[in-house]
Amino acid sequence: MPEARASTTIDILLVEDSPDDADLMIEALKEGELESRVTVVEDGVDALAYLRRQGVFAAAAPPDLILLDLHLPRMNGHEVLAEIKQDAALLRIPVVVMTSSDSEQALLDAYDLHANCCVLKPRDQGQFAQAVKKIEHFWRQIARRP
Amino acid sequence: MNALNPGGRPIEILLVEDNVEEAEMTMQALREGRVRNRMHWVEDGEEAMEFLRRHGRFAAAPRPDLILLDLRLPRMSGQEVLAEVKQSPLWRRIPVVIMTSSDDEKDILGAYDRHANCYVTKPVDMEKFMAAVRSIEDFWLTIVHLPAA
Repeated sequence: MPEARASTTIDILLVEDSPDDADLMIEALKEGELESRVTVVEDGVDALAYLRRQGVFAAAAPPDLILLDLHLPRMNGHEVLAEIKQDAALLRIPVVVMTSSDSEQALLDAYDLHANCCVLKPRDQGQFAQAVKKIEHFWRQIARRP
Repeated sequence: MNALNPGGRPIEILLVEDNVEEAEMTMQALREGRVRNRMHWVEDGEEAMEFLRRHGRFAAAPRPDLILLDLRLPRMSGQEVLAEVKQSPLWRRIPVVIMTSSDDEKDILGAYDRHANCYVTKPVDMEKFMAAVRSIEDFWLTIVHLPAA
């Protein structure tokens, strides 16, 4: 039941190469009524290394939720998503794709690769922060996570 | 935020639920929501597949934009429906929200392993049930960008 899980801290992996977007999202998550631990990685290669606890990420905690940008250096969001959703050890972790891309095809591709959901980043900063809070609220309080 | 709404066509929601009371409460909560939607209710897993395939009495059925799927269903279980939807190149992109009274970890893991988009347990209390449906509506119809095709 949601009430029982409300007090637990959740670990969020934020995969985002734009410092502005990452800062805004971290701020929005901090303002939530409950604590979230947010780890930011800036490209797709680091995201997978983190999830697989490789190299400098050997001590990384498995996240409860992944917020994934699609446009990333070194390895793009679609490739990261495909790797996660084909890996039996990772595929249960909910992945919320967040993009400013207007291309409908990019979002359809993300759904085909089993993104749990896709959210368009609103251009307005206030709306963007609000969307981040609602994502956190839904996945923490409403959805049952594995 | 959603490409389908506002201004466009209503969002087509397929509800797969064998409990009449819960189906009616779900539809009522969604009717009261802010986003224009059309509910299509079927009572078991086989009917859900017929709806998606547009067989028989579902010949004129629209493609759903979102599926709300119970797990305990007659004839064909929710996990089987989920597996078929998520293995099909035609339907796998349609978001499937599992709505079930089961709190069993095995059901939760089984659903995510089959690529359920999310899993929500239905509260027994009626007011909490309505609130849970409204939360699903608020998130999936206003924050999420549903796939347009």
